[in-house]
Amino acid sequence: MKLLKCPVNGSRPISEFVFGGEFRVMPNPDIATDAEWADYIFNRQNAPGIKKEWWFHSPSGTWFIAERNTVTDEVINTYLLNQTSMEFSHE
Amino acid sequence: MPLRLLKYAFSKNHPDTAFFTQPEKLKKSYDVVIIGGGGHGLAAAYYLARDHGITNIAVLERGYLGGGNTGRNTTIVRSNYLTPEGVKFYDTSVKLFQDLSEDLDINLFYSTRGHFTLAHTESAMRTMRWRAEVNKHAGVESSVVGPEEILKACPQLDISCNDHAPILGALYHAPGSIARHDAVAWGYARGAYQRGVDIFQSTEVLDIKTEHGKVVGVNTNKGYIATNHVLSAVAGFTPRITQMVDIKTPIIIQPLQACVTEPMKPWLNSILVSGSLHVYVSQSSRGELVMGASLDPYELHSTRSTLDFVEGLSANILDMFPFLSNVKVVRQWAGMADMTPDFAPIMGKTPVEGFYLDAGWGTWGFKATPVSGKTMAETIANNQAPELIHSYRLSRFSDYELTGEKGAASVGH
Repeated sequence: MKLLKCPVNGSRPISEFVFGGEFRVMPNPDIATDAEWADYIFNRQNAPGIKKEWWFHSPSGTWFIAERNTVTDEVINTYLLNQTSMEFSHE
Repeated sequence: MPLRLLKYAFSKNHPDTAFFTQPEKLKKSYDVVIIGGGGHGLAAAYYLARDHGITNIAVLERGYLGGGNTGRNTTIVRSNYLTPEGVKFYDTSVKLFQDLSEDLDINLFYSTRGHFTLAHTESAMRTMRWRAEVNKHAGVESSVVGPEEILKACPQLDISCNDHAPILGALYHAPGSIARHDAVAWGYARGAYQRGVDIFQSTEVLDIKTEHGKVVGVNTNKGYIATNHVLSAVAGFTPRITQMVDIKTPIIIQPLQACVTEPMKPWLNSILVSGSLHVYVSQSSRGELVMGASLDPYELHSTRSTLDFVEGLSANILDMFPFLSNVKVVRQWAGMADMTPDFAPIMGKTPVEGFYLDAGWGTWGFKATPVSGKTMAETIANNQAPELIHSYRLSRFSDYELTGEKGAASVGH
């Protein structure tokens, strides 16, 4: 069974987690052009490599970040996003 | 029956020649370079040579022919899609498939079985009715049937699914078929080779050179090729290729796993699919049950197999066919599915002149092998995509004009 480390609950079976996709910064919807907005909605950095991703621990309702190698499936690090940081918001 | 087979019936020798011979070296330049020696790439080469007289083509395959998703799918061919565009497109493919053994002079074991998409809920029944009507409108044989008709075709089925997911009905699609998938790749390879196409295995593309937004050449592990036309038909490797030409796509790679059981006497004629139980199953001409489920739930560029998959699939298969409990699974494998947000492929021209894309084939690519080859050949020869694949263009994502086929995916993904 594959395990993933939730930053709050420790190592748990992968079946308890939901993949939330790549971590991305949202462009400001008030000033983004249609093309920029379409790029944000649809396009992804989809080449293999180490990526920063959203994951969700379903039983505890915890969203967190995992840095994972999408070729070997090795998880390098998991952590809670600092919610006061500006990382969330658009540039 | 292909004549070649008949000839061998009266002969003691079976001096079959090799399907193709790989040239020693790449030529310095080719009119068209096709990346990916799977069904799609080889079919494009074949139709370019046969229908458009373009034969100075190199097909480059990093592994071996048909070793990617062409040889990893569960070989189902059908056209009971959800959008009118999709139905028309896949129906063209089914019709090409029906004559393909003759056309390529190879026995594809193309076997029309009838395809049931089982519905376990009222909402699933609603989608089945919707699909049936869209299909009928396009002249495709599809209808909604009740449990009695399903049981008539497949009396072994536990229609209550162990009492927890009773089957209410199904979408029945008579032309639904299976075929020997690797023979499709070999047949196209031989047809292309006979018309002058060069096929290179173990040849990996390392980079694509562009100048002023136009393709000028391809760097491979066997040397450089000058060319103005490159077709990428590499399914799960698409992001690595599009990265070389700086094209962004919505494709996400997720593994799709499948397995086969030990061979049994023929008992399952139909192809059965259950969206709710995430299962599709058919019996091959060798007697094995060929089974697949839904995608692995996250991005991964790997063809590793998991025990979770085979456990989950077996549990659901046993709900449908409890008597299979002693049957052994003998092989399992995975392919890298290039998923798109609308479950439709990405085909045609791109912002880079001379770079053509045949991608986004996710879990639905095998059935489209002939039609994708034909339409991509047309796109390259005329430098314009035919109407049939207009709704699959890459620019649909910037036009906010998606082609929603999720409801036609065989299982809930």
